Amino acid sequence: MTITNELIAQHGLTSDEYQRLVEALKREPTLTELGIFSVMWSEHCSYKSSRVHLKTLPTSGQRVLQGPGENAGAVDIGDGLAAVFKIESHNHPSFIEPYQGAATGVGGIIRDIFTMGARPIALLNSLRFGSLEDPLVRRTMAGVVSGIAGYGNSIGIPTVGGEIGFDESYTGNPLVNVFCLGIAKADEIVKAVASGAGNPVYYVGAKTGRDGIHGATMASAEFDDKSAEKRPAVQVGDPFMEKLLLEACLEVMQTDALVGIQDMGAAGLTSSSCEMGARGGAGVEIDVSLVPQRETGMTPYEIMLSESQERMLLVAKRGREAEVERIFEKWDLHAVRIGEVTTDGRLRVRNKGEVVADIPNKALTDDAPRYTRPVSEPSYLKEAQRLDLGAIGQPASPRDAFRKLLASPGIATKRWVYRQYDHMVRTNTLVLPGMGAGVVRIKGTRRALALSVDCNGRFVYLDPFLGAQHAVAEAARNVACAGALPIGATNCLNFGNPEKPEVMWQFVRAVEGMGAACRALDVPITGGNVSLYNETDGHAVLPTPVIGVVGVIEDGDRVARRTFQAAGDVVVLLGEGRAELGGSEYLKTVHGLLRGVPPALDLTREAALQRLLVDGISTGIIRSAHDCAEGGFAITLAECCFDTGFGVSAEIASVAVGEASFADIAALFAESASRVVVSVSATAVSDLLARAQAVGVPATRIGTVGGHRIRIDVDGRTVLDESLVESEGIWSSALEQYFERARAIA
Amino acid sequence: MKFAVVVFPGSNCDHDAHYAAEHVLGQQAELIWHKDTSLRGAAVVVLPGGFAHGDYLRTGAIARFSPIMQEVKRFADAGGPVLGICNGFQILLEAGMLPGAMLRNASLHFHCEHVYVKVEQTDTPFTVACSTERPLRIPVAHGEGNYYAEPDVVARLEKNRQVVFRYVDASGQRTDAANPNGSLNNIAGICNDRRNVVGLMPHPERACELAVGSADGLALFESAVKAVSERAFATSR
Repeated sequence: MTITNELIAQHGLTSDEYQRLVEALKREPTLTELGIFSVMWSEHCSYKSSRVHLKTLPTSGQRVLQGPGENAGAVDIGDGLAAVFKIESHNHPSFIEPYQGAATGVGGIIRDIFTMGARPIALLNSLRFGSLEDPLVRRTMAGVVSGIAGYGNSIGIPTVGGEIGFDESYTGNPLVNVFCLGIAKADEIVKAVASGAGNPVYYVGAKTGRDGIHGATMASAEFDDKSAEKRPAVQVGDPFMEKLLLEACLEVMQTDALVGIQDMGAAGLTSSSCEMGARGGAGVEIDVSLVPQRETGMTPYEIMLSESQERMLLVAKRGREAEVERIFEKWDLHAVRIGEVTTDGRLRVRNKGEVVADIPNKALTDDAPRYTRPVSEPSYLKEAQRLDLGAIGQPASPRDAFRKLLASPGIATKRWVYRQYDHMVRTNTLVLPGMGAGVVRIKGTRRALALSVDCNGRFVYLDPFLGAQHAVAEAARNVACAGALPIGATNCLNFGNPEKPEVMWQFVRAVEGMGAACRALDVPITGGNVSLYNETDGHAVLPTPVIGVVGVIEDGDRVARRTFQAAGDVVVLLGEGRAELGGSEYLKTVHGLLRGVPPALDLTREAALQRLLVDGISTGIIRSAHDCAEGGFAITLAECCFDTGFGVSAEIASVAVGEASFADIAALFAESASRVVVSVSATAVSDLLARAQAVGVPATRIGTVGGHRIRIDVDGRTVLDESLVESEGIWSSALEQYFERARAIA
Repeated sequence: MKFAVVVFPGSNCDHDAHYAAEHVLGQQAELIWHKDTSLRGAAVVVLPGGFAHGDYLRTGAIARFSPIMQEVKRFADAGGPVLGICNGFQILLEAGMLPGAMLRNASLHFHCEHVYVKVEQTDTPFTVACSTERPLRIPVAHGEGNYYAEPDVVARLEKNRQVVFRYVDASGQRTDAANPNGSLNNIAGICNDRRNVVGLMPHPERACELAVGSADGLALFESAVKAVSERAFATSR
């Protein structure tokens, strides 16, 4: 077959990249080879636009057992155990087919964890959708939630937390980022390597079909009105098959008959075979005619590029074949030997003996193109950062603003969502969804882990460097609010088209900010995922670098939640508020504005605050803790009351604001960073204040838990005095109403 | 005494039931693979929650063909105590060991949440140590837990006091709002004529320690220990 320019373009390769390919092969490629290069050099697999920048992130530390480059990262959590975790996106498939797109996203990240030899014990997700007023968005969200539930519930891994945000920019390009964490013995982590010439290469799991061919390439292109036609490129998930694979693989790993294993994720058999070979410094030779197929007449090209789900490639030790095969048979799976490890460092693909591809592994992996793309500061930035409160009209009354914010889908309870997820299976869930960071205990130890995924895309849009720092600080603060010391992180960087210098500028600045914050808070990034081309019809999503932070709690009996514990307890505000309304939920919800600069962030003080929280919770002084985020102090204080039956009465000081008419609004709803509302027993107040002072964290006694109202005074003047029951009613029903209303109409 | 926890390939609450029996209760517990044909001398059998064979067909529809189920039936026929939790309950229905069937939840959504369940009968091996006064706070987690049976079957269950567990509110009142899935008569769990086979949708094994939110479910496991030790439901082996 002749390789025409048109064919090259269809494969998403530039003419420069094609030249590079020919040089690597020292000849023209076959069609199968062109397909293999196309997926391996796609943005999704090669990280060609992002790799040079990702290298600047801190990835090492005392606890890091495995940094980026493997299926997932791993950190030491004591007791000879490792927490193995990663976050990954499935954005593009989830727009095209919400249920299956999200479900297979869950399936993919779970495979990344158990291939490391870890038993997955917790899932979280970070989701973004457009406005729920749009019926298409409601359909997308309902499908994504069902898909996550359908897969995670069936396989029996609890979804213990997550976050959901809404902005019009995500209407045609939702974000579905899934985080999974597993536990392995620290000295038994399994690698994705192929080595040892003559060792057999096995294919295990579902049969290969034509689904998902060029999924990786799809995820590397922008959406347009033809995207809906790409449905065949979305895979279909089978959680039962994955459950069998999970159990069988973990059982095989208990033997020492295994050399290495990798999931056939994006780019399927292609990426797993060449990446395992490259990591092991070996070659891999396979015959595609041996691959189990569920469709007839599949070509080598299709078999190599299929992204059928629930498939694994593994290398066993020669002479131990029967042992491996027997374990898979027990689980009614068939391990099929499709090739062997060689010494020549090449991926050689045969079809009934005839060679159809023969490529140096390194050309597909380490030597893939990488670009330092041009950057330029976005033209929107200067204007968007300008916030003149005097020019935006009258402020809302505190009461109206409070009620509007409680009803905002980003703030309202996500109970309608997490009730669909099995969040208790495995009986480790110490903190239920909606109560703060997800907390799971580690059976057989006293320890527990707290997990949080966060990002405020508005802040990143208005200042990518500072916004990404906020994402790190917030995720780490959330695990600290549960009483956990943050020890590691994983990131999922969702941006638009990197070929646009303004998008690339957002990306570069965000990575720089993320790196700086991770260094300051001592949370190395052990891996993650980059999702670019999140655009529809030329409009990019808000830049959304999601970060997942893992924290360790030494004593699982000492865990804090967001909720007040007893009437009469004293409320203390850690940190201090300023008139920082830039990028706030208030501006967005009440005035429809995305403007201003994000709140300032002092990382030194942030680190001190987090240490104070861990110290205060582990010693039992702090009885509840809740981070001030979207909606600011007033919403945070209200959330401390919800689900408890306790009201609160608090008094805070005013903040200096240029436009006097916004003084109360700024005091209540500004989203100043590094603030946490905690509650302590009356006898422990002075102890907490002293500890705070010792580490340089501002701490103010602001009120008392009790009564049936949420009352806030500013400088002695009551500015908000709301019924607890009514406020909680708004917060509890707002999200659910979008879906129940839709069902009533349907 | 020993609890046998049957492991179907898609079981996912098997370890939780095992943990509750062994670590929380301090009894012996053994996981029994579904292809096995022996219950290894267990005094109590638990069919755990999960998705036994993927359940793409009706939930539990294929599990009744697993080799171990012959043995579970023999055990039950001999009077041995059998508890089916969630998917285990669905399997008992499909296997004909309990009457009725499951429909999808009325909401059409999977539903995971703590609910209140009233124990109405204490003459089963899994409720002898329970109180009928204070409702138990136990989680549900299922997509198909909407119990259905023909009207005459339901009438017979009620008449013979075979409705063992019922969804109620926190104060113990049977209300529509307290029913998480649309089950007829708020039925959460039932027993067979002989009262030794019990199935319920809520997950008592998830509510055995205060650390995970509730310890109310432990009473079911304690009941089994009590029943067996008093030989109230002794088996013939």
